[in-house]
Amino acid sequence: MQSSTKITSDIVSHIAALANIPVTEKESQTLADGFTKVLEVVDTLSTINVSGVDPVGQVTGLENVTREDEIHEERMFTQEEALRNAPRTHNGYFVVDQILDK
Amino acid sequence: MFNTLTVKEAIKKLKAKEISHQELYTDLAKHIASTNEKLNIYLSVDKQVEQKAEKLLDAPLAGIPIAVKDNFLTRELPTTAASNVLIGFMSPYESTVTKKIVAAGAAIIGKTNMDAWAHGSSTETSDFGPTKNPRNPEHLPGGSSGGSAAAVAADVCIGAIGSETAGSVRQPSSWCGVVGLKPTYGRVSRYGVVAMASSTDSPGPIGKTVEDTAILFESMAGRDEKDATTPNKEVPQLSKEIANGVKGIHIGICYTDHPEIGKQQVSQQILEAGKLFEKHGAHVSLVPISEKVEKGKIFTPDFAIGVYTVVQRGEVSSNLARYDGIRYGNDRSFFGAEARRRMMLGTFTLSKGYSEQYYNNAQKVRNLYLQNFQELFEAYDLLISPTTPSYAEKLGASFGSPMYGELEDMLLEPTSISGLPGISVPCFRDEKTNLFLGMNIVASWWQEEKMIQAAHLYEMETPWNTWRNKI
Amino acid sequence: MEYMEKQDMNQYETIVGMEIHVELATSSKMFCSCKNDPFGAPKPNMYTCPVCLGLPGALPVPNKKAIEWTIKLGLALGCEIQLYSKFDRKHYFYPDLAKGYQISQYDLPFCRNGLITTELGDVRIHRVHLEEDTGKLQHAMVDGKKVTLVDFNRSSVPLVEIVTEPDIHSGEQAKLFLKKLHQIVRYLGVSSADMEKGSMRLEPNISVRKIGERELPKYKVEVKNINSFNFVKRAIDFETKRHIELLEAGQMPKQETRGYVEGTSSTVSQRSKEEAADYRYFPDPDIPPIRLTEAYVTEIKKTLPELPDSKIERFMKEYGLSSDEAVHITDEKTGADYFESCVSLAQGSFETQNITPTIIARNLINVHEEEMSPKKRIDALLAKAQEKNVDAGVITVAVTLVLGQQTKAIADYKHGKLSALMFLVGMVKKELKGKGDAGIIEQELKKRLS
Repeated sequence: MQSSTKITSDIVSHIAALANIPVTEKESQTLADGFTKVLEVVDTLSTINVSGVDPVGQVTGLENVTREDEIHEERMFTQEEALRNAPRTHNGYFVVDQILDK
Repeated sequence: MFNTLTVKEAIKKLKAKEISHQELYTDLAKHIASTNEKLNIYLSVDKQVEQKAEKLLDAPLAGIPIAVKDNFLTRELPTTAASNVLIGFMSPYESTVTKKIVAAGAAIIGKTNMDAWAHGSSTETSDFGPTKNPRNPEHLPGGSSGGSAAAVAADVCIGAIGSETAGSVRQPSSWCGVVGLKPTYGRVSRYGVVAMASSTDSPGPIGKTVEDTAILFESMAGRDEKDATTPNKEVPQLSKEIANGVKGIHIGICYTDHPEIGKQQVSQQILEAGKLFEKHGAHVSLVPISEKVEKGKIFTPDFAIGVYTVVQRGEVSSNLARYDGIRYGNDRSFFGAEARRRMMLGTFTLSKGYSEQYYNNAQKVRNLYLQNFQELFEAYDLLISPTTPSYAEKLGASFGSPMYGELEDMLLEPTSISGLPGISVPCFRDEKTNLFLGMNIVASWWQEEKMIQAAHLYEMETPWNTWRNKI
Repeated sequence: MEYMEKQDMNQYETIVGMEIHVELATSSKMFCSCKNDPFGAPKPNMYTCPVCLGLPGALPVPNKKAIEWTIKLGLALGCEIQLYSKFDRKHYFYPDLAKGYQISQYDLPFCRNGLITTELGDVRIHRVHLEEDTGKLQHAMVDGKKVTLVDFNRSSVPLVEIVTEPDIHSGEQAKLFLKKLHQIVRYLGVSSADMEKGSMRLEPNISVRKIGERELPKYKVEVKNINSFNFVKRAIDFETKRHIELLEAGQMPKQETRGYVEGTSSTVSQRSKEEAADYRYFPDPDIPPIRLTEAYVTEIKKTLPELPDSKIERFMKEYGLSSDEAVHITDEKTGADYFESCVSLAQGSFETQNITPTIIARNLINVHEEEMSPKKRIDALLAKAQEKNVDAGVITVAVTLVLGQQTKAIADYKHGKLSALMFLVGMVKKELKGKGDAGIIEQELKKRLS
C-alpha cells in the first residue's frame, strides 16, 4: 500500500484559511495529526483498481430537472422576513464591517 | 398512559373519539416534563401544540404528536441543527417534509436533539449536550437522529422524523430499540433540511412499529418541485400491503462472514432471521464478502468508510460555507470541533492537487458499490445485515476517535452512498443491560414495499418489539 | 517615459483575452423563482427567497429558459454545443456570495469554440457558460463607522460568462470585438446588456510580449470596474504602455487585479494574486446533469434571428445600401426592422416616385425620430419626393437659363473646381423655387457641361 499523505500544521493553516475557519497554531498540530490518521483509512481506496470507472456524484440517474421561467411571489420574502435573522441591518441592507474591493 | 400508543392506534382512537387530544397531550406533557431534563431529548417544545392538534382531527394523521429532528426548518419553532451557530434562528420558511406531515394531520410537538449539523453517530457532538439512551441512560442513543430515536423509545412522542446521510436514522433506531426507515435517496424532499451531505441526505421516519414508519413515510414522500433530486415517481402505499409476507422472494444475508462482525451476537440474530424468512417461503442465501466487485458477492464494507468520509467531508465543507453570520446566525467561530474538522478535511480533499486523488477517486469507488448493488439486486429482492456491529456504546465513547461515526455506520455506508432504501428493526434485547440490536433490511431502489413487508413479518414473528408485545 | 524610442514600443505586441459577463433578462432568477429585476427593485433585499439568500436547507432548481438562452447565445457566436453538461460549485468567501459558493460550470460548459470576426482580426471564443450572479455591495458610513451594505436582489440572477482566447492585440480591436458581441446579445434579446447598469461587465486580461515570441507571457493583469467599450480600449492602451515600460526597465509586471480609473484613463492596483485561487470545484449534487439532444439544439438554431453580419450583407445586396449605411441601419435589430417596415411600405412607389431604399436609409440615419411610425415617415418622405418631382422639361429650361447667366462658374467648373457645380445646382434650384431633385439637376448640368 502506498504511503499516505502526511498533513502538516502548515497545510492545516492553509486549509483553515480556505475554509474560513479560525484555527490557533496550537490547535493546528492536533488537527494535523487527526487528519493524517483519517487519511490513512481513506488511502486504502488507492489500492482499488478504478481504471475505466466513472466517478458518480449523484445516484438517482435523473437528468434535465429544470423549472419554467416563472416568478412565484408566494415564495419570495418580504424585506422584513429577509432581514429578520440578521445580526446587523441598516435601511433594508445587511451590514458587514467595511471590506476592500474584490 | 396514552403517550405509549403507536401512530396507528392513536389515529384510530382519536378518530373514534375513544380518547381526546387533551388526554393524549396531557399525558405527553407530563411525561416530557419528567424525562427531558434527564434524557435531553427535546431542544424545543411547542406549548400550543394541543390547540393545533385539535383542529387536525379530520386529516389522515388526526393531530398525532410527531417529534422532528432539529435540522428540519420550521417557522413556529427554532431550528438550530444542535449548533451554537444557529442559536436564536427562527426560519422564515418551512421545510417540505414538515409542511407535508402537518398537511397530513401531524402536530409537531417539538424539535429533537442531534449531533451538531448531523455530524456523528452519538448525539454527543450536540452543542447542547448529549441525549441519553432511554433504554439505559448510561449509554448513547446513537445518532445523528439520536433525539428522534430516543423520543420514540421514551414515549415522549407518538412517532418521529429523522434524517439519514449514512446511518443517522437506522443506527440510533437500532440502539434505542425502535424502527427506523431510510427511504430511497430522492424519495423524500430535502428542501428545508439543513444540508449535510447533499448526495446522500434522506429524511426518514422513526416509529414504534414497522407499520408506524410506513404510515409516516406515506405522508412525507413524493416529488417536490423545489428539490431537483426528487423524481416524479408514485409513492407506494406501504401500510396497505404491509402483510404480504416474503413468500417466493430472494433474500441475501450480508456481512455475517465479516471477520469481526461475524463474531458478534448480532450476526447470530441475522442468521436466525434468515431461517425465519425461509420458513415463510423466502429463498435465503449468504452473499459472501469480496474484496472486489464480483457477481453474486457483496463488495466489502471496509472501503465504504473511505468513500463516505471523502464524499461527506467534501460536501459538508461546501454546505456549511453559507454560515457566515451575515444574514442569520452567528459567525464561523461558533462552529464546534467536529464541524470544524469535517469542513477542513473536506476542504483539503477538494483542494488543488488533491481532489483527483481523494474526491474523484472516492466517487469512482462509489460507482463500484453502485454497480455491485445493481448486480446483486438482479439476483436478490432484499439484503439483510446487522444495522450496527454492536450495542449502544457508553456516554463519552465518541470522543477521541476521529472516525467514531464511520466505524459505527460501516455496514450502512455502502447502501447509503448508493442511495438504497433500508429499514432497521429490533432483532435482540440484552436482558441485563436492556440494550437492543437491530437488523437492517435493504431493498433495491424505489422498492420500499418488499422491505417493509419483510420487516413487518419479522416484527410480528419475534419478541423484540416492545410495543408489539403490549398490543 | 518620454525618452523611450518609438521602435521599442513597436517591438512588443499586446495580448488580451476578455471575460465578459452578461446578465440574462429572464423573468425569474437562475435557481429560484424570485423576480429578476435587481435594477428596477424599489428597495434592497426585496426580491429574495430561501434559495438566493442562501438559507439553510434551500435547494437550487435551474431555469429552463436561461439554459435555452445560453445555448442560443453560443450558437450565435458560432460555438459547438456540449450535449452533456452540468453545474458545479465554485467556492470562495465574500459577503455578497450567499452560499459561500457560486453555482457555475467548470469542465463542461454549455458552449465552446466560437468565433467573432473584427476588421482587426478574428477573436476566438474559448467557452460560454452559465452561472449565477452575486449580491451587490455598497460602502457607507453608518453611525460614524465605515461599513459595507449588502443587497441580495441581484443574488442568483442568471449570468452568462463568455471567455475569449487571447486573440485581441489592441485596444481598438477589443472595442470592435465588444461592440459586435454587444450587438449580437442585443439582437438575440436575451439581455439589456446595459453596461451602466452592470448587466454587461467587461474584464480584459492584459499582457505584452516581444513580437515573434510564441509562448503566452508568464503574467497577466486583470482590469475590473470598466463600464464602456472606450474605457476598455483606454485601459488596454494604458496597460500596454505600462507593461512595456516595466519590461524595458528589466522588470516583470506583477500578476494582479487592477481597477480602471475613469478620470485619469489609468488603472490602479487592487489586489495582488500571490497565490492562484483555489475554488475547490465539484459537481453540484443538488442539480442533476443536463443532457441536450441534437433536435433541441436544432430547434433553438431555428429561432436565431438574422444576425448583424448577414443582415449587412443582405441590405447591401437587396437594397443597394452602401456598406456604411448598412452598418448604421443594422446597429440595433429594432432599427433594422424599422428600416425594413419602411421599405416594404414604400415598395409600390419605387418605380413611380422619387424614393429608394437608400433615400429611406439616409433619412433614418439623419432624422432621429424613433417615435415616428414607419407609415408616417414614409408618407412624409413621399410628400417630399412629390414636391421634388418637377417635370424634366421644366428643369431643362431652368438649367439653360442659369448656364446662360453664370459664365464665371462654368469656367471655374471646367478648371476643375467642383464647388462651382454645387453653386450651379443651387442656382437652378433657386430658379425652380426650391423644387426639383438635386441629383437630377446635377446630372443635367454635368451632361450639358461635358
